[in-house]
Amino acid sequence: MRNKHIILVILAILIATVPFVLYSNLGEEEGYFIGADNKASEVVENTGYIPWFNSIWEAPSAEIESLLFALQAAIGAFIIAYIFGYWHAKSKYNKKQ
Amino acid sequence: MHIMEGFLPWYWCLFWYIISLPIVAYGIIKLKKIIGDTPEAKSLLAVTGGFMFLLSSLKLPSVAGSSSHPTGNGLGGVIFGPAISAVLATIVLIFQALLLAHGGITTLGANIFSMGIIGPLVAWIVYKGIVRNNTNTNNEVNIKKSNFSKPSIAMFLGAFLANISTYIVTSFQLAIAFPEPTVELSFIKFLLIFAIPQVSLGICEGLITVIIWENLAKVKFDVLKRLNVFN
Repeated sequence: MRNKHIILVILAILIATVPFVLYSNLGEEEGYFIGADNKASEVVENTGYIPWFNSIWEAPSAEIESLLFALQAAIGAFIIAYIFGYWHAKSKYNKKQ
Repeated sequence: MHIMEGFLPWYWCLFWYIISLPIVAYGIIKLKKIIGDTPEAKSLLAVTGGFMFLLSSLKLPSVAGSSSHPTGNGLGGVIFGPAISAVLATIVLIFQALLLAHGGITTLGANIFSMGIIGPLVAWIVYKGIVRNNTNTNNEVNIKKSNFSKPSIAMFLGAFLANISTYIVTSFQLAIAFPEPTVELSFIKFLLIFAIPQVSLGICEGLITVIIWENLAKVKFDVLKRLNVFN
């Protein structure tokens, strides 16, 4: 079962990296790898719509934004790993008793 | 799937808030009840919430040539149902709206409806539909051995379709708010942006969800059984 999960992870990574091969040498300037959320916002703005409310706070630069995204991922990963670790240690302890 | 801050007319913002808020409120009541009845479910809740936090922060390239992100809402939908998942999604979406300027407070109701309610609902229906008619003992034996069993396949399809349906709902929400030239054509336009790239991301999300699902089922089998997840 460990092996099966490793294969699944590799499969997921492969699917996620296919676009890099398909669209190698293409980047943001050519219109590739742009966020879908931003694309949709552009379509909406092209209808002449003007957003009536702006974000209360926006990350001052792309670096800060990536920091906050990494923070979000880290919080999620920390919770998952902490609890799985706790369960693992607990079951080991129970077996010893 | 985030509709950006201010990108829906105010009456649509209000409309989606009115639909989503009662479900979130019901989810909070249900959450309290589950924690009261099965205190062990608390750590399961934390894992499903953490999973949503983690997955929705990852922006992945899509085979369609753009980038988008998974939603992480299938796991919670299957284990706890759509209402509790709506509560978890609300926490994630508020975090992203306030700190990341992704999504927004005005569009929160609409985003909760797609990622927190319809996505988990679809996952729940698909999963239950596949697992229900199987004899319980079969499901339980297989999931313990972590074979390619019905609960795993059901979870893969559930998570995949939760992801896709989340983005279909977002496309629909934008299409009815901006029907240019018509609702149908606008819907197709947004589907091309949102739903098509999700096909490859949805497969990735399904695979990752199955891994965490099988590990949960192995370690917390009894708690999941008490929550009636296997039948």
